[in-house]
Amino acid sequence: MNKLTSRLERLAGAAFLWPTVLVILFLSIFPLIISLYMSLARLQFVRGGFKISFVGLANYRKLFLGSEKEHFLGVFSNPSPLGWLIFGAVVVGLATALWRYVRDENFSPQGLFWRGVTVIISGAGAWLLVHTLSPHGRPGTLVVTLIYVFVGVAIQYTLGLLLALLCIQQLPGRRFFRVVFLLPMMITPVGIAYTFRMLTDLTKGPFAPIWLGLGFAEVSWVNDPWGARAAVMIGDVWQWTPFMFIVLLAVLESQPIEPIEAAVVDGATRLQILREITLPTILPVSTTLVLIRLIEAFKIVDLPNVLTNGGPGTATESLTLHAFMTWRTLDVGGSAAVAYILLLVVTFVALVAVNLIRRRFVEAL
Amino acid sequence: MGKRSRRAALSPFTPSPAGMVVSYLILGFWTFVVLFPLYWLAVTSLKLPIHVNDGPVYLPFVDFQPSLHAWRYIFVDLRNDTLRPYMNTVVVGLTSSILSLILGAAASYALSRFQYRPRVGTILLFIGCVALAIVAIALGVAWQIAVIASLAIFILLAQTIGRRFQRSLGNNDIAFWMISQRILPPVAVVIPIYVLYQRLGLLDTRVALITTYVATNLPIVVWLMRDYFQTIPLELEECAAIDGASRYRIFWSIVIPLSTPGLVATFLFVLVFAWNEYLLALFLTSAKAQTLPLTVAAQNATRGPQWWYMSVLILIMIVPVIAMAIALERYIARGLLVGAIKG
Repeated sequence: MNKLTSRLERLAGAAFLWPTVLVILFLSIFPLIISLYMSLARLQFVRGGFKISFVGLANYRKLFLGSEKEHFLGVFSNPSPLGWLIFGAVVVGLATALWRYVRDENFSPQGLFWRGVTVIISGAGAWLLVHTLSPHGRPGTLVVTLIYVFVGVAIQYTLGLLLALLCIQQLPGRRFFRVVFLLPMMITPVGIAYTFRMLTDLTKGPFAPIWLGLGFAEVSWVNDPWGARAAVMIGDVWQWTPFMFIVLLAVLESQPIEPIEAAVVDGATRLQILREITLPTILPVSTTLVLIRLIEAFKIVDLPNVLTNGGPGTATESLTLHAFMTWRTLDVGGSAAVAYILLLVVTFVALVAVNLIRRRFVEAL
Repeated sequence: MGKRSRRAALSPFTPSPAGMVVSYLILGFWTFVVLFPLYWLAVTSLKLPIHVNDGPVYLPFVDFQPSLHAWRYIFVDLRNDTLRPYMNTVVVGLTSSILSLILGAAASYALSRFQYRPRVGTILLFIGCVALAIVAIALGVAWQIAVIASLAIFILLAQTIGRRFQRSLGNNDIAFWMISQRILPPVAVVIPIYVLYQRLGLLDTRVALITTYVATNLPIVVWLMRDYFQTIPLELEECAAIDGASRYRIFWSIVIPLSTPGLVATFLFVLVFAWNEYLLALFLTSAKAQTLPLTVAAQNATRGPQWWYMSVLILIMIVPVIAMAIALERYIARGLLVGAIKG
């Protein structure tokens, strides 16, 4: 008996950890490896099962060069002068960053290699953006997803911070606002999508009289590509601003009070206190928060699927929805390829973000 | 008393009257933005089709005579079609949340108390052998043979070559590996999972959804709970260990009760994810195990946008989570904060 208990005791470390490791291995890692294989293959459904044939990079080639290019990358056209200006600014910025690293004392060939890769990918991304967002271009699912993620998260963070800053004031009824502002986060995105479909309906929705008064009654903004994308983003902002708000509020409430009091005594204005004391205090949490939301935002699928059905055309399709639509046409390999590109993009963004954050910390110290 | 004055000290800004007006205007505007869609859902659920189709009406009893016809239709006429997905959502949500909480809490406790030193060489070997097995299966070898053969190769090599690579990873690497699974978009793994469940005959069952949700939620649990366990003092556990309590006993009767707030926040978080999940359910279920988000989404396809029924469905779906969120609001902020600071 004693032997058994001591044996169990020695196994405790393994017994606590292994179930989780196994679940993740079997339902994340192995499927991921199989997915990679599927993205390099063509799956055909035949009587009583399916047949897999290896096709190399054909699925990816189709997305970047072939029949799916317009859907995935978009329609390219010459950017407007403003587009060229933005692209030029991005290139100059990236080149300066790289040049500064070469002159840096911590220079290493390995570091240069990874920075070079980052700069090339970012530059290619900027090139894609200015060419598909130009007057005669049309953004594909990749560009649309990037817009959802970066524009959406930026708005969510700004709004969340503003509301949190207002809510730490001595206002009667603060607790009411805190609870109310939390609610959208709990609501299923499918429900939000339908609710916003009702709200944006121009003839039966609650704002119909306003649209009518403004003379918009005949055009539905869900039929206009940018209107539809805006509708999706508004839904996303509505849902996820609370997440930013609630964490930022908790951080603001736990910041040390003494520096602020000292600053007030020294006659600092509210804006100075905000810039010099509050923002640096919440910077570490903010960066983590933004990173989490960036990662989660890339998974967006329910809102565009239900709110606009990906349309008009494919204007609001996100990458996840693109993969699902491709899966529905039984093109399993193509679907896996889209999913894998999504994974690569998220990983790239997350890695760059983590490295930027870490450097910022080192500089701050 | 001490707590009260501390709280007051935490928010030092007493705004000027003008600032107060502006603050209330902005906060009031956002309250409207948050609450109006919910109000519109509630009102629409009481409308007759004619009230919706003839343009908007806003106030029940004033603008129009409310009717419970939509509620009656969903609960009486469509009784089973509503109840079945509802029960599915409840069962799948609760079971998967509890399971992932148990597994994830155990793992994150272990990661904050024990030392693990997995060897890099062994891990690389393992990955190599898995790849070998997959290639073998793809080439047409029967899967039983492929798995057994690659397992044998793995054990053989791990015992011989694997021991030469002395570099090993630590607890932080394991934790990072687990948490980084959150980066994984579900759509990148769902097709193999679909095929797996199809082979096992588990498609369109609750078991399929529960296991998948456990896997997607474990990273969140590990992420939030690991930091929570690190804030719990070690002394109590050491005392219990001296008194002869086993590791399992310590975990169950000391650590778990001490970390209730963190567990509650994490549970709520994970439950909301499972409750609202759409994509995986879309792939893995069709009729029997369908969950509520799918039922709601399917409304449009089958009957066109019948807002009144849809509103009822959405309302009964969001009321439980909203009630929980209001009740547990304090836990949520704290639970999230611990994770975000250490992140």
